[in-house]
Amino acid sequence: MSERTIVTEYLARVEGEGGMRVRIEGDRVEDVQLQIYEPPRFFEAFLRGRRFTEVPDITARICGICPIAYQLSSVMAMERICGVEVGGQLEALRRLIYCGEWIESHALHVFMLHAPDFLGYESAIEIARDNPELVARALELKKTGNHLMSVVGGRDVHPINVRVGGWYRTPSKRELRALREPLERAREESLAAVRLTAGFDFPDYEREYELVALSQPGEYPIERGRIVSTGGIDIDASEYEEHFVEEHVAWSNALHSHIIGRGSYLCGPLARFAMSYDELTPLAKEVAAEVGLTPAERNPFRSIIVRSVELVEACDEALRLIDEYEEPDAPAVEVVPRAGVGHGVTEAPRGICWHRYEIDDEGTILEAKIVPPTSQNQKAIEEDLRGVVERSLHIPDDELALLCEQTIRNYDPCISCATHFLKLDIQRS
Amino acid sequence: MRVVGIGNRWRSDDGVGLEVAARVRALDLKIDVVERDGEPVAVLDAIEGAGAVVVVDAVSSGATPGTLHRLDASTTPLAQELFNRSTTHHLGLPEAVELGRALGRLPDTLVVIGVEGESWAAGEQLSAPVAAALDGAVAAVVEEVERCTSRP
Repeated sequence: MSERTIVTEYLARVEGEGGMRVRIEGDRVEDVQLQIYEPPRFFEAFLRGRRFTEVPDITARICGICPIAYQLSSVMAMERICGVEVGGQLEALRRLIYCGEWIESHALHVFMLHAPDFLGYESAIEIARDNPELVARALELKKTGNHLMSVVGGRDVHPINVRVGGWYRTPSKRELRALREPLERAREESLAAVRLTAGFDFPDYEREYELVALSQPGEYPIERGRIVSTGGIDIDASEYEEHFVEEHVAWSNALHSHIIGRGSYLCGPLARFAMSYDELTPLAKEVAAEVGLTPAERNPFRSIIVRSVELVEACDEALRLIDEYEEPDAPAVEVVPRAGVGHGVTEAPRGICWHRYEIDDEGTILEAKIVPPTSQNQKAIEEDLRGVVERSLHIPDDELALLCEQTIRNYDPCISCATHFLKLDIQRS
Repeated sequence: MRVVGIGNRWRSDDGVGLEVAARVRALDLKIDVVERDGEPVAVLDAIEGAGAVVVVDAVSSGATPGTLHRLDASTTPLAQELFNRSTTHHLGLPEAVELGRALGRLPDTLVVIGVEGESWAAGEQLSAPVAAALDGAVAAVVEEVERCTSRP
C-alpha cells in the first residue's frame, strides 16, 4: 500500500509551535493534524495581578492586525463586571473603530494573502510586478481602514485611546467628516473587490458546518450581540463555557475548541453572512446578490467573496456612523471596580473573540481567559483539510499541498499574533 | 532619513529592533524614528517616502546570538532565510521590501541592521547576548545614518 505524507510546517522561531500533517494511505486519509495558532496564554498570565483598567493596553498587543477585537472584548467584560453600560455615541464609536479594523484586516487578507491563490501567483509580490495598480489600490484600501483606526483610536497598530468606560478622547465631528471621502473611495474599491473575487475559480467543496456568530437584531454583528449557531445555540457571552470547550490535543500545544456534545464549528465571515444576511446594508446585499452569493453559501473557498462583501458593509457602516455622529459630552463613563466575573465577545474579522475575567473589589485581575477566533476554527480547518484531500487524492503532491495551504487560508488564520513561517514538505513512501 | 525598528516586544529577542529604535530616538539625531510590529503593509508604509532608510530587525541565521548583520537591500533582495517572521503567504520583511520594489516605492538607500537572536519564547526580556549587543547595534545604526546624511 502506498503511503504519502504531506507536511506543511509553520516552523516558528519557537520550535514545534506549529504545523500541519496529512497522512494518506492508499485512497484513505489516515490522519490530519493541525497546529497553527498558539493561544495568548502568555497574555492571560501577564494580565493576572494587573489593574482592570489596563486590559485594553495589554490585550491590544496580542495581535497587530486585530487589536480592536481584543480591546473591545476585554473592556466590555470589565464593564459588565462593574455594572456599567456604555451607550450612545461612545458605543457607536466602538462600532466605527471596529469597521476600520475590518477594512484593514479584510483588505490585507483578500488581496495580499488570499487572492494570489486564485490568481495563480506565488504571492502578492508577483501580482505587484504584473499588476501594480491592483496592489496599489488594495494597499490604499487597507490604509483607509488603518487611518480610521488612528483617528478614533489615536494610533492604528496598537490603539491607545480605548478605555474601560469609553475613550480617553473622542474625535471631533470635523475629524470624522474628513474620513468621508477616503471611505467613499474605499467603498468603491470594495465593490470592485466583490466583483473581482466572485470571478475566481473555486474548488468544488462544501460541507455542513455548525456556524457560530454573534447576532444583534437590526445590525450586522460586529461589536455586540448574542452568540447564536445554526445548531440552535442562542446564548449570552456569559453562557459560552456551558456550550463550548477547549481541549488539548496530543500533537499540539495549542488548544482546539469544540461545541460540547457535537464537535467542530465555524466562525468568521461565512457564519456571519449566513446568519445575518438580512442585516447587511442595502448596497452590500445588492452586490452579494449581483454575484450570486446567498446565505446558503457553504463553500469555505468562497469566503474571499464574503470578506469582500463585508468590506462594503464596513465602509457603508462607517459612513453612516460618521454622518450620525454627535460629539458626546464626556469621553467616558466612570467605572468603579467591584468583585466579580464578566464576559465580553465581539466579532473579530476572523470570527468571535471571547474573553472572561475575574477581578476583586480593588479592581485587580485574578483570572483571565481569552479564546481567539483562530483557535475556535482549528478543528473545522482540520476537517476541511481531510475533506479536501479525500476528494483530491488523484492530483500531484505539489498541487495537493497548495490546495491544503489554500484551505487553511480560507480561515484567515491569525498571522502576527505568533511568529510563524511556513515550510512545505511532501513525503511519499 | 528614517530609522525603522521592527519587532514583537512580547517575543523576547524579537523585540530587539524596537529597543534599538527607542535608543536611537533618545540620541535625538533629528531624524525620523518609527517602530512597527512586522505586519508587512505597515512595514512597507514605514520604509516608503524617505530618501534613505535604516531598518533594525531581529535575525535568525544560526550565527552566534548577538552577532550584527549589515544587509544592503537598496538594489538586491534580502535573504529570506534570515528572517523567520512571516505568514501563511511568506510575507515578512524581505517580502515587504520586494513588494515595495515591485511598486517602485523603495528609498534609494535601504540598509538593514540585523541582530542575531537567541530566544523567541513569549516574554519581554532580551536574552543576555542580545542585550549585550544593544550598544553595538545602536552604533551600527548611527554609523549608517551618518553615512547617509553626509552624502552630498
